[in-house]
Parts: sequence; structure tokens; C-alpha cells
Amino acid sequence: MTGEIWQFTYIAAALAIIVSIKWLNSPVTARKGVMAGQIGMLLAVIGTLLRHEIVNYEWILIALVVGGAIGAPLAYLMPMTAVPQLTALSHAFGALAAALVGTAEYYRYATAGENPGMFTLSALAIEILLGYLTATASVMAFAKLQELVPTRPMVYKGQNFVNLTLLAGTVVLGYLMITGNAPDWAFPVYIVLSLLFGILLIIPIGGGDMPTVIALLNSYAGLSACAMGFALSNRLLIIAGALNAASGFILSVIMCKARNRSFANVLFGAFGQAAGGPAGKQEARPVRSASPEDAAMLLEAARKVIIVPGYGMAVAQAQHKLAELTDALVKRGVDVKFAIHPVAGRMPGHMNVLLAEANIPYDRLVEMEDINDEFPETDVALVIGANDVVNPAARTDKTSPIYGMPILNVDKAHTVMIVKRSMNAGFAGIDNELYYDPKTLMLFGDAKAMVSAIAKELPALATA
Amino acid sequence: MSTEIELTIYVFILAIPLGLELAHRVSPLLHTPLMSLSNAISAISVVGALLIAGSGNAPTLSRVLGCIAVTASTINIVAGFLITDRMLKMFKKAPSKESK
Repeated sequence: MTGEIWQFTYIAAALAIIVSIKWLNSPVTARKGVMAGQIGMLLAVIGTLLRHEIVNYEWILIALVVGGAIGAPLAYLMPMTAVPQLTALSHAFGALAAALVGTAEYYRYATAGENPGMFTLSALAIEILLGYLTATASVMAFAKLQELVPTRPMVYKGQNFVNLTLLAGTVVLGYLMITGNAPDWAFPVYIVLSLLFGILLIIPIGGGDMPTVIALLNSYAGLSACAMGFALSNRLLIIAGALNAASGFILSVIMCKARNRSFANVLFGAFGQAAGGPAGKQEARPVRSASPEDAAMLLEAARKVIIVPGYGMAVAQAQHKLAELTDALVKRGVDVKFAIHPVAGRMPGHMNVLLAEANIPYDRLVEMEDINDEFPETDVALVIGANDVVNPAARTDKTSPIYGMPILNVDKAHTVMIVKRSMNAGFAGIDNELYYDPKTLMLFGDAKAMVSAIAKELPALATA
Repeated sequence: MSTEIELTIYVFILAIPLGLELAHRVSPLLHTPLMSLSNAISAISVVGALLIAGSGNAPTLSRVLGCIAVTASTINIVAGFLITDRMLKMFKKAPSKESK
């Protein structure tokens, strides 16, 4: 068997990349997985540099160094709450790279007057479209997550019509380019339309759907790498791109299910209109409120406590205080677990990362499906900064916009304690029956201050 | 259709279900690292970027675009892998077996 060295390094790279995702399935092997991924990527780069097509190295070296110098501080300086933003930004760079390569290839064929065939041209057209679209969409997602632009869905009349017209225009131009009948202006216009389409795609999407969208953009970035693989007939690109496209797709499906939404629903922004509906009833109903002392007493007496954290907990930076409270309770023999809803946080699995950062061991973090049956035997369910994911209306009220969404069965616990700033409705604007349940105690205040007040009351009880 | 294209399509057809299967097995606990890792892997497009940036026969504009693409995908690779590792370092098991 004869072959070029780069062919063997590519095969090894593909293998390493597959193994890297395989190892990510458990926290025990996950870091080995990252190592395998890095080796795979290194092999891919080295293999490519060894190819005899590459004759100019100076520019490449500079580009590699500059990229590394920008990427490393990004990864080290971002706080963990900002991981979704960083991922969005990172998607934007990756997608931009794919789009630029597509553009450069197309331009090379055009200037040489070469026709590489319909298959390659189609792959290039898809690569360019997906690349630019994902790049601007990711920048928009970044801006929304960073709250540089309003996070609520921006909806206007005829939005879907505008988007579909734009898409149709892009498809027509793409067809002209593929068949080789395109006028000179078609290519730049195609690029502009792709960029624009990415922006318009994100505008109607609300903050709550961001986890789905980031996962979807992940998938698109993978698909554009795949398209590049088809254009260059490079199988390594296809394998890596397809793995990424598939994992992004799986995650966005999981996110959609966790909010009981369909893809069409997320992308065409129906939530914006629905949220306006049932916010009408504003009667003052009695709630039971409690002090940190009461809460500490109940928690201390409990055998089993389940904590339900929501993004509000992270916004208040209460996770470290929560870890202290957990430790104190565990020392007193209380069984403490955390119930993690799939959409808790701003991207899939985000809440686990935030709690792990606060040194809460991962074997205490239990996903929704596994913990829901445990609530009936739970003495205290402590809800912090979560609202919609514990709202029983999702089970019972057919008129509620969140009807059908899977929720944590907090209402089955013996006592429910809810830490909340005030009685204002949550970010979907939906009232929550749970607040008025006779077994619910409301703890009004800032999540961080409240949790540390409860933790302070605990030692006092122990010595009394 | 050339054999080359046919083979490439076969690879795609096999890689997609493999990716679905692998991603499906990742515990929800690690969904964020999965995303940042696959994000880093999607920067495999650096291969295409290197090929055009270092090419001897491409027009200058193509090579300049290629270099920008190398920079962008390197940012993607470095940031993606580093943040994944930074996150995974934080995942720890409970020290003793008191919670089972």
C-alpha cells in the first residue's frame, strides 16, 4: 500500500475525533476525550501542512499565531455564566472561516475560467450560504445573550414573508451560480443575502429559545464544514462536519422537546404572540411567606431535600452560597440533590457547569427524568430562580402557552419553598399556581442574600 | 457520477448516524462541554483554509481570504478546546460515598 503521509494523518485524525466524542459520554473519560479531539485536530493541521499543494508557509504561520493569541484569552477570561456567548462567538468564527474558504474557492474557479462541475459548485453554494448565515446568526445570538440587543423576540408584520422571499432569492441566485449562468453581480449579492438571512433568522427569537438556537447553529456550522468536504472531496472534513452537525441536531431536538416546541415554532417565533394572552388576571391572592429562620428550621428537620435551580440563581450569583448551604445540610445528614431541567440556563447543560464551578459534586446533579419520581418522598423542594420549569399549568392548563412542556414535579413534594425577588410573573409572563398552593412557602428576596441567610441560621439551630 | 463523489457521499451517509448515536449517548450532565467540543471540531474547516491560504496557484484575493479563514478557524479551535477543558476540570465527584 502506497500513499502520501497526509492521507495516513487524516485517517488517524478522523479516528481521534470520533473517539473524542465517544469519550465525552461520561465525566470520568471526558477530559481524555478533549485530549483526543486536540490530537485529532493537530494531526489534521500537520497533515495538511505536509501536502505538496501548500507552498507558502509565512502567511499561514502568522494566521495560526494570531488566531491562537485571540482564542486563548477568550477561553480563559470568559466567566462560566458567559459560556453560551463564547460558544456563539466561536461558532461565528468557525462559520466565517467555512464561508471565506468557499468564497475563495469560488473566486479561484471564476478567475481561472474553470468549471469544476455542478456537484462541486452546489457544495460550494451550500457551504457559502450556511457559512455566512451561521456567522451573522451567531453574532446576533451572541449580542442577544450578552444583552447588547433586546432579548425579547422582535416581531413585525410580514416577517415570515420577508424571510421566505429572501430565501427564495438566495436559492434562485444559487441555482444560477451552479448552472454557470450567473451574471457577475450574482455572487456578491448571494453573499449579502446569506449574511442578511442569518440576522433576520435570529431577530424573532426570544431569550428562552436561545438554547435551541445555539444548538441549531452548531449543527449548521457542522453542515457547512461537510459541504466544504464535498467541494474539496475531503473525507476528513465530511466525517468531522457530520459528527458536529448530528450532535448539534440532537441537542436542539432535546431542547425543543424540553420546551414542548416544534422547530417551525422556534424559528418562526410564535411564542412572542402567545405570551401576550393570559397575563390578564392580576387579582391579589394570598401567599404564605416565610423568613430565613423558618426555612432553615424546615431544611434542618428534613431527611430529603431537592434543590431546583433556575437561571435566576445564576444571575444572582448564588451558586457558591448554595454550595455552602448544601455542605451544611449534608453534614447534618440531610440527603440533598439538585434537579436539573434540560432548559435550565442559557444553553444545553449550562446549569450543570455553573453548579460544578461552585464545587457541587456532579453526582448530586440529577436530570429531570430521573428525579421526577422522587418528589413525592421529598420533604422540602427548594426552588431558586426557576419559574416556568416548575409551573403545574404546563400539566393542567390547556390555555397556557407552556401547556405540554415537561416540568419538574415540585408540587408533589411535602413542602415547597420558593426563593423569589417579588411576585412578578416569570420571564414568559405566565402566572404560577404553585405560589398559591397551601404547602408553598415564599421566601422573598435576592437569591444570593436569601441563601446565605438560610445557611447562617443553620449553625445557630445546631447549637441550640 | 464519479467514483470520488460516490465515495464521499457514502462517507457522509455513514458519518451522520454515527454522530447521532454518539451524541445521544452523552449524559445531559455534559451537554455544554459536548457543544463546545463539537464546536471546536467544526473548525476542521481549517484544513480547507490552509489549503487555499498556502496554495501556489490561487489568486491573491483567494489567498488573503484563506488567511483570514485560517485565523478565524484557529480562534474557533483554540477557544473551543480550552473552554471545554476548563469546564470539565470543574466536574468533581462527591469525596465520600455518603450520597448514593
